Amino acid sequence: MSADTIALRGTELSGKAGTGVEAARPGKRGRRLRIVGRYVLLTVLAAIVLFPIYITIVNSLLLPSQIASKSPTFFPTSPQWHTYADAWSDGHLGRYLVNSAIVTIFVAAGQLAIATCAGYAFAFLQFPFRRTLFIVFLTTLMIPFEITIITNLSTVNTIGWYDTYQGLIVPLLATGALGFGAFLMRQAFLQVPKDLQDAAKLDGYGHVRFMTRVAVPLVRPTLAALAVFSFLAAWNQYLWPLLVTKDDRLRTVQIGLKQLRATNLDQVNVTFAGTVIAFIPLVILLLVFQKQLVRGLTAGAVKG
Amino acid sequence: MSAPTDAAVELCPGESPVTAPAPRKRRLSRRAREAGLGYLLVIPAFAVFGVFVFYPFVRNFYLGFFSTPPFPGQPKNYVGIDQYRDVLTSSDFLDSLKVTVTFAIITVPIGIALGILLAVLAHQKLKAIGIYRTFFSSTVATSVAVAAVIFGTLLSPQVGLLQGIQTEPSILQNPDPIININLPVIRSFIPSVALVAVAVTTIWQNLGLSFILMSAGLQAVPDDVQEAAEIDGAGSWSRFWHVTLPLLSPTIFFAVVVGSIFAFQTFGQIDLLTPRGGPLKTTNVLTYFIYDQLQFAKNDGKAAVLAIALFGVTLLLTLVQFRFLERRVSYER
Amino acid sequence: MGRVAISGVTKRFDDVTAVDNLTLEVADEEFIVLLGPSGCGKSTALRMIAGLEEPTAGTIEIGDREVNDVEAKDRDVAMVFQSYALYPHMTVRRNVEFPLKSRRVPKTERDQLVTEATKMLGLSELLERKPAQLSGGQRQRVALARAIVRRPQACLMDEPLSNLDAKLRVQTRAELIELRRRLRATIVYVTHDQVEAMTMGDRIAVLDQGVLQQVDQPQDVYARPANLFVARFIGNPPMNTISGDVTRVDGGLAVRIPGGVVGLPPPLAAAVERLGSPQVVVGARPEDFQLGEGGPVKATVSVIESLGHERHVICRLEDGQLVIVRQAAHVPAPAIESAVGLTPDADLLHVFDAATEERVDA
Repeated sequence: MSADTIALRGTELSGKAGTGVEAARPGKRGRRLRIVGRYVLLTVLAAIVLFPIYITIVNSLLLPSQIASKSPTFFPTSPQWHTYADAWSDGHLGRYLVNSAIVTIFVAAGQLAIATCAGYAFAFLQFPFRRTLFIVFLTTLMIPFEITIITNLSTVNTIGWYDTYQGLIVPLLATGALGFGAFLMRQAFLQVPKDLQDAAKLDGYGHVRFMTRVAVPLVRPTLAALAVFSFLAAWNQYLWPLLVTKDDRLRTVQIGLKQLRATNLDQVNVTFAGTVIAFIPLVILLLVFQKQLVRGLTAGAVKG
Repeated sequence: MSAPTDAAVELCPGESPVTAPAPRKRRLSRRAREAGLGYLLVIPAFAVFGVFVFYPFVRNFYLGFFSTPPFPGQPKNYVGIDQYRDVLTSSDFLDSLKVTVTFAIITVPIGIALGILLAVLAHQKLKAIGIYRTFFSSTVATSVAVAAVIFGTLLSPQVGLLQGIQTEPSILQNPDPIININLPVIRSFIPSVALVAVAVTTIWQNLGLSFILMSAGLQAVPDDVQEAAEIDGAGSWSRFWHVTLPLLSPTIFFAVVVGSIFAFQTFGQIDLLTPRGGPLKTTNVLTYFIYDQLQFAKNDGKAAVLAIALFGVTLLLTLVQFRFLERRVSYER
Repeated sequence: MGRVAISGVTKRFDDVTAVDNLTLEVADEEFIVLLGPSGCGKSTALRMIAGLEEPTAGTIEIGDREVNDVEAKDRDVAMVFQSYALYPHMTVRRNVEFPLKSRRVPKTERDQLVTEATKMLGLSELLERKPAQLSGGQRQRVALARAIVRRPQACLMDEPLSNLDAKLRVQTRAELIELRRRLRATIVYVTHDQVEAMTMGDRIAVLDQGVLQQVDQPQDVYARPANLFVARFIGNPPMNTISGDVTRVDGGLAVRIPGGVVGLPPPLAAAVERLGSPQVVVGARPEDFQLGEGGPVKATVSVIESLGHERHVICRLEDGQLVIVRQAAHVPAPAIESAVGLTPDADLLHVFDAATEERVDA
């Protein structure tokens, strides 16, 4: 290393990190190239993943003739905004979304409440057969929904809940998220430090107060994760709403989209618009609750 | 009682220091109260499970013993175990089973592999990597119907994207196997074009979830271990293979088990993309078969047997996975 | 061959400067310690040598080549992480073997090197265990074995002893010193513990907030600290430093501090005179005092800490500042709240410019 090159690389670099350095060190360009390459790869993959969504949005704003033509159009030059209004009103999307919202919120809330109570009991309370009951809980995860629908349909019919909100909501409470939820909540409650329990006991807290004032606030992150998980599962329910409702009045957006497509065979852009509308609420939720979703999945997976 | 015990009793609120017999009675009632509360908290869950899971589960076995006559209004007749035997050996059941298994074989490994690929790429410390993570997880927001309607319309012959590459029959109605292999057992597991299309839709729809799951698992791979591998001379691929992947294996195992269970229960996309079981029944997965028997053939008995079969296959697969796959998971102990 | 040279290296993270224009040269087979409090940039500097961070400016040389653009895996350095960073899913043997496998060392040679390294560190019985089954001290030794197994040009250590309990730390320190003698590698060692620095290093480089304060042999850093920071950082209990005004006293210069006047010996007085600064800081280590009835500095005994073999007498000056004095155990202890006189040893006095905090040299 000659003396003059050392002098070049000393303190004089601070201002002029750009030009002089590049000439003396070609390796730096190689590094920069690698970083650019990584961005390119990421962008290509993102484009592939997002392509269907992109095309849907584009198509929702095209004319049916443009969509049906052999040469695909990739950008709407005269956007047909009316498709969204059409999908909403003619397609009864408003109705479907409301139904989905009602069913999903009630099912998720119900599962959260039930799972939290059960999880608390398994974690903090002693009662005979506690262990057996917990195992029984876990086995429900193994029982596929299909096995229950036949009987559930007839049960619901007998109670007179066919084609009602109760008929939609109550049986769905028993789906996967409940067993998994009780398991998750129990794990979360078990993490509450024993010191806190002892301190609460000394302070005279009974179980109910401990649960509501101390334990539940502490496991809020897990609760949030379970809420997201439960919400997604309920929103995606297809088979049960299909079986237990008979017309548009109670149909959820999943079935509703099927309907929309059938009645708009020539107005495909309206179908696409409907799809976009159905897509938006979840996107908003995803953006807001991304972290909770990750946490919920971590709890299940990493701990095995 | 000696003095220290009295003092200890005093600490517990609500109890006053008393002599020997009474505390025992009080302690009993406290335990009883606790047990009572425990059962109380657990009852809602059990009520729901009892009515909508356990009772149907048991009744399903029972239902399988009755064959439903072809004409409505007539009573069912008890045929006992015969119906089980007939249905489970029938060719349409076996075909449906093969379709279901093929579907799972396609969607689960590819879904996980893609999830890992995206997760690893999005795990780098680049600027604005957060945007890419949001992009990759975006399909979480696509529900069953959204994904199916998008792909269904895109693949439709009239208005789809592939009109220039018109095939006859159209993709979603194409029952031909995607490759023609004439080996005896393998042949029956080759998916039809339609099934592949449905599989692609499902994989795309689950990509977001797979990505998030694998990303979460990646966070359990400590950074300093990666750095140690780098200093130890391992290149990117070697680091991935020897360090990242083994440490990710618990998550992968979880994804395989849960993913298979969900794959076996796929219904929505099938109904939306290829109604009535698809071209030549090549997308007639077990769940759809059950629905078909219930809704159209009105054959409750057969549907019940099929449901039991579905449960059995799922259980068997999960047990097999635990037996054979779990040993390959590198836990830390 | 194992020389490491850092020239004018700066590292900025957004608007935080972690390392500021650092220049340091480590000779082949030298054991240099980077010492400083948390956040002083020592770990960042180490990571730049390893190749885990890229310098914002400046160059790094290992051996006789410049390595700024060389990836970590091609730099022929080894690193022991503070958390050990062992591969949790691999056995001890596999962990130690990994660097050799990565470089495609043939099996027979590999086995031999692994056996040697694990024997040197007393791990021969533990080869088939996984890290989770080992104690902290054992894990640390596995980390060391993995680092030395391929005889790298330079060995980098990031606070390797800080996760051990006190007793184990002392023991491992001795083992490391011995290991170093047998290994003959260049070692760059990062720590915040000055005892480690003093006992293990050939030289100590003291850093604060990314800036190099002093680099010298341990005795020199102790006896002639370059500035107030180094003076206060090295030494336990730390050096007493009191600000005062320079005054003229019959015979020469002295420093007026709360409680008295400290006379300056002639060479030091001349230097202070040359400095021309009205305010200085005097420093005297706790062992460089005489405690008695009379003395130039008046104080009151506040707390006495008895450590068995010696005693720390903490005295309060008239303005409340504390001075710690070390006494041998056999000397009679003063009474609490008694008035005493402190006599600092004039030859061992340190003086620092109050404004620049630099040492004033005779």
